Amino acid sequence: MPQNLQSVNQRARRLVMGVPTLWLLLLFLLPFLIVLKLSFSQERLTIPPYAPLLEWINGVPHPALHFSNYAFLFTDPLYISAYLYSLKVAAVSTLLCLLLGYPMAYVIARAQGTWRSALLMLIVLPFWTSFLLRVYAWIGLLKHNGVINNILLYLGIIHQPLTMLQTDFAVYVGIVYSYLPFMILPLYANLEKLDGALLEAAADLGARPFTAFLRVTLPQSIPGIIAGSLLVFIPAVGEYVVPSLLGRTDQLMIGRVLSDEFFENRDWPLASAVAILMLLLLVVPIMLFQRSGGRQIQSHP
Amino acid sequence: MNQQQPIDSATQPAYVRIDKVSKRFDDFVAVDEVSLDIHQGEIFCLLGGSGSGKTTLLRMLAGFETPSAGRILVDGRDMSTVPPYERPVNMMFQSYALFPHMSVEKNIAFGLEQEGLRRDEIRRRVGEMLDIVKMGSFGHRKPHQLSGGQRQRIALARSLVKRPKLLLLDEPLAALDRKLREHTQFELINIQKALGVTFIVVTHDQEEAMTLSTRMGVMNHGRIVQVGTPSQIYESPGTRFIADFIGSVNLFEGQVLGETERQRIRSSELGCVIRVDRQLPAVRDATVWAAVRPEKIAMSRQPPGRDAVHPDTENVARGRVRAIAYMGDASVYLVALDSGREVRVTLPNSARDAEQRIGQDEVVFLSWHPSSPVVLTE
Amino acid sequence: MPRTMLGVGLTFLYAPILSMMVFSLNNSRLVTVWDAAHSPTLKWYAELLGNDEILDAAWLSIRIALIAASGAVVLGTLTGVALARFGPFRGRTLLVGMTTAPLVMPEVITGLALLLLFITLQQAIGWPRGTGMVTITLAHITFCTAYVAVVVQSRLVGFDESLEEAALDLGARPGTVFRRITLPLVAPALVSGWLLSFTLSWDDLVITQFVAGPGSSTLPMVIFSKVRLGVSPDVNALATIMVLFVATGITLSAFWMRYQHRRRERDMQLAAAANQ
Repeated sequence: MPQNLQSVNQRARRLVMGVPTLWLLLLFLLPFLIVLKLSFSQERLTIPPYAPLLEWINGVPHPALHFSNYAFLFTDPLYISAYLYSLKVAAVSTLLCLLLGYPMAYVIARAQGTWRSALLMLIVLPFWTSFLLRVYAWIGLLKHNGVINNILLYLGIIHQPLTMLQTDFAVYVGIVYSYLPFMILPLYANLEKLDGALLEAAADLGARPFTAFLRVTLPQSIPGIIAGSLLVFIPAVGEYVVPSLLGRTDQLMIGRVLSDEFFENRDWPLASAVAILMLLLLVVPIMLFQRSGGRQIQSHP
Repeated sequence: MNQQQPIDSATQPAYVRIDKVSKRFDDFVAVDEVSLDIHQGEIFCLLGGSGSGKTTLLRMLAGFETPSAGRILVDGRDMSTVPPYERPVNMMFQSYALFPHMSVEKNIAFGLEQEGLRRDEIRRRVGEMLDIVKMGSFGHRKPHQLSGGQRQRIALARSLVKRPKLLLLDEPLAALDRKLREHTQFELINIQKALGVTFIVVTHDQEEAMTLSTRMGVMNHGRIVQVGTPSQIYESPGTRFIADFIGSVNLFEGQVLGETERQRIRSSELGCVIRVDRQLPAVRDATVWAAVRPEKIAMSRQPPGRDAVHPDTENVARGRVRAIAYMGDASVYLVALDSGREVRVTLPNSARDAEQRIGQDEVVFLSWHPSSPVVLTE
Repeated sequence: MPRTMLGVGLTFLYAPILSMMVFSLNNSRLVTVWDAAHSPTLKWYAELLGNDEILDAAWLSIRIALIAASGAVVLGTLTGVALARFGPFRGRTLLVGMTTAPLVMPEVITGLALLLLFITLQQAIGWPRGTGMVTITLAHITFCTAYVAVVVQSRLVGFDESLEEAALDLGARPGTVFRRITLPLVAPALVSGWLLSFTLSWDDLVITQFVAGPGSSTLPMVIFSKVRLGVSPDVNALATIMVLFVATGITLSAFWMRYQHRRRERDMQLAAAANQ
């Protein structure tokens, strides 16, 4: 009798872990393999617009491998600059997010009771409204006849409207704005768990508040900093919406490039190669995130 | 101390038999070939520090861990393949583990519901149990509406309502403050006697173990190092570790004197000869340790005999009071001997007047009866 | 100093939203040029309600979000339970990887990959027949599952395991334990996981663009095509409606939680006092 029960338990366990694993294998992992294969393929004017993934030679499947897409990516300056530009934008945005988000997280973590939950709510509320609409809102603020220019002109601070849209500046603003909650929450989760008694001990030993912060709080908040930074940096590299609505037209980010290759040029193999290369660039940060960050984002909206 | 008589193991079969049970976690051996027999109606305490394996052993009894080797038998039945929900064993958790989303009544009723009893029967037994733990009017409360002591009683009620033959208790008194602890100790003993349940208690608190148990086992590094009644273990510890672990003790190192009647030990750190009233379990010149409890040492301003004290004097040592810890009913004296060694002596404060009691820096003479030292070879 | 940063940060967060809301009442089609003579007006709201394209898209988005959120909660809970409770098992690292990667993966990559999957499937087994609501929903379930899994897992990890052990000890089988102990106590995480998934699905643009077909436009897609060309006053009106909706929801839930919290505190104080 107990034997049967054990096997029922085993079956239940297998089901619980098996169902999501199967789903994710089919709908998350397998697609990436297809992208990988397609990146070695060639463009065709067919539907779908690529050569078949497998060539059958004497009944044995052979994956057709063409490296032309990658060769193209590595030599064409458009792509190289797009990758570098994306990395740069993502890095700068992450830094700005950190500089703005850390003090905010710090204040919230030190707040008491109702203040703290009210502040958290305020931080989280924009997150629940549409990402797209919030980026759109910046168009209205940054345009030539937008709110900021109108106010500055009215106050006489400037005499010509500033060009703020379609600049690097606009992209930074857009990314920092959209991703700020993703930086604040892991930082907050980390800071909240810190033992206040440590700061009191530091003060008791003669350290001024800033020194105590630098030598006690900051080092302990590094896991939160890493988690928050990765949570911003990695998706920011492949950002599409912000650069499309606010960004430059002369220098594209790689997300835009991929999308254009796919939708406008209909060159799916090339788009796949772009994606794979982006993945390779991000594989180390992604693994870092999985290693450390997984725990830190547990304070959720 | 629990005045119930310990069961004579020769006449009664063991209710719980732990047979060469070991538990390994990767490289770490938590429980190392433990064999133990526990009899029906006992309160058996497993006493040990953290890492001694006592909790792991308890969890194996409950069914939350499976032994890496050995068997556990309850009432003659091998529990190896039996999951926790099918064992005739219940457990009271250290954190109480009351279900926060259920009322007190529903918490207690939970176990009965799993047995498929009828609603009115369940209600009756829940009410009965609440009365036994004196929480009759608290049925509708939720756990967060109860104080620590109240939660403990509900946890006890919940684990007893299924009328298990064996109840496992994991540090039952650890979360209670001192007064409550004493009170609860006696309540536990009374309830156990009234219901006739066998208790196995795991604790790191030796006072708790000595008060509750009819028999206890001391655990260290995954092994049982001694089993006996509290009195047996306290007065006749088998090793220095046990002597030191339970209560306080003075351990004097020395060499065995005498060829045929081996009853004397010369100890240089004591500065005298220790004479005991029985044959020593060691050969001449062997190194042994004499364990003398602080309360067994007499302390006086004059030497007990008429002669002065010298190295060949038996069972008398001279020293100076170094420190005194006043505890109200008794005082603990730290006496520095001529050799530099410190001896701990506990005396009741019989005199109310502090002037009459022996004070700091006084020269004193320590003496004891030959039956007091326990001589240990390890 | 940090307090000022907080103030700056909050202003930064809310200025765009508030500006958007204010200008939804502006009569001028230029949106940001205030037409004092004819504003404030609700005409854009009226236009919105008569705009079939937007309404149809909104309806599609809601349906997809409802299904996706529910599917994600089921899969995410299974994942969270497996990761939090099952200890090490074969395939655990794989599952962990597949659950954390979607949280950071750039959407263009995921979107591309999913579309290619659907096309390959279609070529291989004839299903799904063209892209549309089904493919969008499947895609949304996939990336939302990761978020739910994180939420559920963290709730379970902070959960007192001895509660489940106590239930087992009292005679309940694992299934009963899950049903009567684990699930009720994890329910808040399930609710917030559902809400999170709903929002993510409702709001998603990039992945949806890849896996949507002709004829299925979700609300974000419609909005995006409008705003690529510049500002549009009916979008402001739509945004205002959404913000007010969300703000009301969050405020209500905050009050509810505060009420619960206060009640618990009071109960615990009563218990402590009664024990004197």
